[in-house]
Amino acid sequence: MLDSNKDSLKLEAMKRIVAMIARGKNTSDLFPAVVKNVACKNIEVKKLVYVYLVRYAEEQQDLALLSISTFQRGLKDPNQLIRASALRVLSSIRVTIIVPIMMLAIKEAASDMSPYVRKTAAHAIPKLYSLDPEQKDQLIEVIEKLLADKTTLVAGSVVMAFEEVCPERIDLIHKNYRKLCNLLVDVEEWGQVVIINMLTRYARTQFLNPNLNECLLEEGGESTFYGSDADQDEDEDEDKKDEALSKRKPYVMDPDHRLLLRNTKPLLQSRNAAVVMAVAQLYFHLAPKAEVGVIAKALVRLLRSHSEVQYVVLQNVATMTIKRRGMFEPYLKSFYIRSTDPTQIKVLKLEVLTNLASETNISTILREFQTYIKSMDKDFVAATIQAIGRCATHIGEVRDTCLNGLVQLLSNRDELVVAESVVVIKKLLQMQPEKHSDIIKHMAKLTDNIQVPMARASILWLIGEYCEHVPKIAPDVLRKMAKTFTNEEDIVKLQIINLAAKLYLTNSKQTKLLTQYVLNLAKYDQNYDIRDRARFIRQLIVPTDKCGALSKYAKKLILALKPAPILESPFKDRDHFQLGSLSHLLNTKAGGYQELPDWPQDAPDPSVRNVEVKESVRAVGTVPEWTKCSSREKRKEKKVEKPFYSDSEGESGPTESADSESDSASSSASGSEQSGSGSEESEESEERSDSDEEEEEEEEEYMSLDVLMGPTPSPQVTPVGNFLSSSLVTDLEGLSLTDTVLSPATISPSGSLKSYELLHRITGEGLWVEYCFSRQPFLPDPHMVAVQIQFTNSAATEAKSLRLEEAKLQSGMRVKEFPEIEVLPAGESATVVMGVDFCDSTQAANLQLCTHSRKFFVSIQPPVGELMTPSFMTENEFKKEQGK
Amino acid sequence: MYCSCCFSLPNSSGFSVATMNGQLKKCHIAITSFIDSCSPFLIPSSLSPSLCDSSHNLDSLPIVAVEMIHSLFLINHSGDIFLEKHWKSVIGRSVCDYFFEAKEKAAEPEDVPPVLQTPHHYLISIYRDRLFFLSVIQTEAPPLFVIEFLHRVVETFQDYFGECSETVIKDNVVTVYELLEEMLDNGFPLATESNILKEMIRPPTILRTMVNTLTGTSNFEERLPSGQLSTIPWRRSGVKYTNNEAYFDVIEEIDAIVDKSGTTVCAEIQGVIEACVKLTGMPDLTLSFMNPRLLDDVSFHPCVRFKRWEAERVLSFIPPDGNFTLMSYHVNAQNLVAIPVYVKQNISFFESGSGGRLDLTAGPKQTMGKTVEGLVITVHMPKAVLSASLTATQGSYTYDPATKVLVWDIGRLNPQKLPNLRGSLSLQAGAPKPEDNPSINIALKIQQLAISGLKVNRLDMYGEKYKPFKGVKYVTKAGKFQVRT
Repeated sequence: MLDSNKDSLKLEAMKRIVAMIARGKNTSDLFPAVVKNVACKNIEVKKLVYVYLVRYAEEQQDLALLSISTFQRGLKDPNQLIRASALRVLSSIRVTIIVPIMMLAIKEAASDMSPYVRKTAAHAIPKLYSLDPEQKDQLIEVIEKLLADKTTLVAGSVVMAFEEVCPERIDLIHKNYRKLCNLLVDVEEWGQVVIINMLTRYARTQFLNPNLNECLLEEGGESTFYGSDADQDEDEDEDKKDEALSKRKPYVMDPDHRLLLRNTKPLLQSRNAAVVMAVAQLYFHLAPKAEVGVIAKALVRLLRSHSEVQYVVLQNVATMTIKRRGMFEPYLKSFYIRSTDPTQIKVLKLEVLTNLASETNISTILREFQTYIKSMDKDFVAATIQAIGRCATHIGEVRDTCLNGLVQLLSNRDELVVAESVVVIKKLLQMQPEKHSDIIKHMAKLTDNIQVPMARASILWLIGEYCEHVPKIAPDVLRKMAKTFTNEEDIVKLQIINLAAKLYLTNSKQTKLLTQYVLNLAKYDQNYDIRDRARFIRQLIVPTDKCGALSKYAKKLILALKPAPILESPFKDRDHFQLGSLSHLLNTKAGGYQELPDWPQDAPDPSVRNVEVKESVRAVGTVPEWTKCSSREKRKEKKVEKPFYSDSEGESGPTESADSESDSASSSASGSEQSGSGSEESEESEERSDSDEEEEEEEEEYMSLDVLMGPTPSPQVTPVGNFLSSSLVTDLEGLSLTDTVLSPATISPSGSLKSYELLHRITGEGLWVEYCFSRQPFLPDPHMVAVQIQFTNSAATEAKSLRLEEAKLQSGMRVKEFPEIEVLPAGESATVVMGVDFCDSTQAANLQLCTHSRKFFVSIQPPVGELMTPSFMTENEFKKEQGK
Repeated sequence: MYCSCCFSLPNSSGFSVATMNGQLKKCHIAITSFIDSCSPFLIPSSLSPSLCDSSHNLDSLPIVAVEMIHSLFLINHSGDIFLEKHWKSVIGRSVCDYFFEAKEKAAEPEDVPPVLQTPHHYLISIYRDRLFFLSVIQTEAPPLFVIEFLHRVVETFQDYFGECSETVIKDNVVTVYELLEEMLDNGFPLATESNILKEMIRPPTILRTMVNTLTGTSNFEERLPSGQLSTIPWRRSGVKYTNNEAYFDVIEEIDAIVDKSGTTVCAEIQGVIEACVKLTGMPDLTLSFMNPRLLDDVSFHPCVRFKRWEAERVLSFIPPDGNFTLMSYHVNAQNLVAIPVYVKQNISFFESGSGGRLDLTAGPKQTMGKTVEGLVITVHMPKAVLSASLTATQGSYTYDPATKVLVWDIGRLNPQKLPNLRGSLSLQAGAPKPEDNPSINIALKIQQLAISGLKVNRLDMYGEKYKPFKGVKYVTKAGKFQVRT
């Protein structure tokens, strides 16, 4: 069918072949017939041929080469999607001979003008690297270039390539660090995970430990050069340390460190669990102790997700709770167990609950545990009993309560429960055996009933160990055991021998014969372990003529005081693995795991991250908040240099903010704007910096525009100026909607906007009205121009109910009035925003301005520039449009 | 997406006014970058997913670490592999044997550990819709990353085929394969937004299947999948509807544990807002709440502008086309949660161990004046319970002796006449009195009520001229609502 001329037949054939591949059948013998169709015109056939090719090219290298030329042609295609897909398939064909071709293709694609092709290039890098690692150096060059890319589309993929090819080249990140931080919110979800993980590692090498104090304590007070951040640590114990260290240089968080923390925080709200986890681990590893808490809420939210997600999250939470218990304490109830949870989730929740147990909440937790014990899921009950044991060892006050509860369980009908309780009781008793001889007695009685070997063995061991406390019962138990010795399990037999030996040493009068008897039985046991033990014990304790040196010490050997076992969480010390990683989950190092480096002793030079200007004033202590961080899709590449700009503005006023990359056209434009506006407020200057970037970005893709328009000196009136500012306004629209549009009263008129007089002070009888075109989008109606009106009441009395009434409007013109100002006290001023649809004409809008007492006729006349909106197009488009 | 990217002169039509909606901006990048190449070419980008990689030449080259997902196996309930897909070199099916071993050990399919370690690979699996999705990775990768991706795959299948079952996947194996190709490139997720995928690969419909078989036309979109290039990857370009509608369903679930005596051990409300938006063009929506303070913890669809939420507590977004989950939230735990129903229960077994007695009564508690519907009470009985002979005053009950689950389907709860179920239970002969307690799970539904009191204030649309039809619906359901006995 593949040789047929009809596409439909070919398609049918390819579908069958793909279905066979999917089922795992070998179809490699069809290779020659399939590969012929690579140039087929029908896209669906083509696509399936690609699927086939990629699957089998490795096995049929020579034949696969036949297809290469098709892809090479595709790489030159004017359509970016075709270029990208050609590169994608080409790089997926694992044939060593074409490595040079691939290298070339990747290099070319990396400087393609389409971000999508560049993204594909980034994807191709690891493929080529795994095919031929010798290309590493060349590939690193490409990665370096792509890292400098400013589009969100590329960022995730290139960091992924970086992680795979050269994770050790941390120096490549320096220059791009701030950009990556700022872009992060807009990168697609999967890219976010990779970037966050990479940045965690990066931050560990570049910044100082914000929790240094705590570490000092942990390390036993060895003094390090850097001191403490007293404001961030709540531990009282550290006060002394603080005093000692207070003379030293205080810890100040690097603003870049802060930047990372701030920019990742919104991602805790992601719908993607992997992103949330990535941010959580970043905070856990990098944030000051006081700030880590924010992740708890998000992690708890993930517990509502699929059970697999719960499984992973609970593992990580379990590790976190060991180090930072307080963080999850408020969410204790979220870890309560439902009978419908799968067992593995129940056990993990139990682990978390146990870790969270403290003096204050232990009673609630124990009450919960009580209900769990009655569960139908026996594995879970066993785990609960162990958890009770752990709580009891850690929290002294409840030990007796727990012990009593466990003893009650001994009468449970279920053997597993009893056995588990016995084992746990044994451990608990070891801590303070003196007080609890009655429990030991009770347990001794149980030997008649309990059949679970482990539990029997535990009881026997207990009796043997503490036979002084139960002198009367112990020999009796031994007697019973001797009777059933032959039928016992091996583990029980060993404990019988132990018990016999211990009793022999303490109470040889009563038990001598019994011991002899047991040892004799053991001598002929099938198990050599038991025979060995019996022989050893006999030599050790029974005095013979050749009495070895050892037997003198028999008592010391056997009845030595044994330390109580420490019941510990299996999650202890897991945190040396990066949380959220596979290695952490498995608690072994997985292949390709990148160790999380320790904090450096001294911070490496932070200036490596400065992008182009040297001054970069470091904000000390607090960093300026740029609240306008942006809505996701608006961010894009423009924000790249934001921190830098804001830094410089916050500290040193206007500086030479020319971008190194922006050429004369853009810098002259930005320069002119700068000169046009004398004193700037921070908002204003931020806009300006935006416009620089804006310009730069446009310049990248719309070079033609600059050439066409040319730089113009006065930005207010000319199209270019308008173009600049209103486009940036558009950018800011999403971010600053609150203060600009919805609550217009807070707008501060920007210095660069020209004001026109609407009503003179004298004609207005003290009321002075000015208006300017704020160049903000007027939200209620996109067709309207926002006009910002400032009322100043210079009269001695207050003006009441200021409002507009439409008087004579040109046909088609519409006005959206501002909300009435009820009172304007004397000497005060107020600002409002109204919308006017001028219908593309420069005709004035004639309006009536009313106060409580008078009416004024006023008119708003728009300059041409204020009516325009920026728009981008390619050169061709423009010419076409021009030709009309 | 806006295609009329003209340099708008004052009198040109279209965007004549200085104000402009912010969205325009970002589409320019996408548009300009492909306008130059806008030949009516067929799409190969989608054709050519790349997979392979990794060290194929093992003897001559060192094995290089490759990241992320290597292969995917779909395994049905009985343990047959019915689909496999490799994004790098092929890994033999034998790798799944480790998984089968673990599956044998686990009592329930849910109990299979999601992450398994084998000598050379790591297996990460999820269990959904009675199918196992097993992915193979070779090196360190965040497990949640893989798990989340697998769930996304399942959701895509559900979106495409209506359900995700073995038969459906087998019937659409070629589409499934193409989807998988698009979703991962070299083991790294590429396009996971269903809107983009649908632009590249059309979901099958009965009509189209018929047409395709008759005419032999293709299943692929012949347009360029522009969504992949845009910075709003979740929305298709050029969406058109004759009826413009936007529906929002506020669905709240009560998670609660009520103890034996009827006191609430813990209760919280989890809510989601499911949206179905069918609007032409590129609308920019703003949804505000009467009482946003209620929301304690939220997570959003990527389309929601987080900064505006932080600043003003409104949801501002350009919606994806069609159905999507706009946000999910958690209602502040400090507020007391209203528990809509109570269940009085008395389940006891005789000391002799021959049988037991069951008496259940359900009644309304805090229903805010609404009717409780779809009330279903499920009791997981101890293993020893053989059968139940009960009488229900309302609804019907079934007892499945294999799973030991008693289901009592009550339906609408009538506050005047409380439904009651009582009767006797018989135990296995000779079995001792069970010590473990049955647990009771409740399912219910209350229409026109969000139990937390959350209310949508208004929905505004910017960026488009037409008037959309808007609708908001509230539903309260029981989530993990459990009564202990």
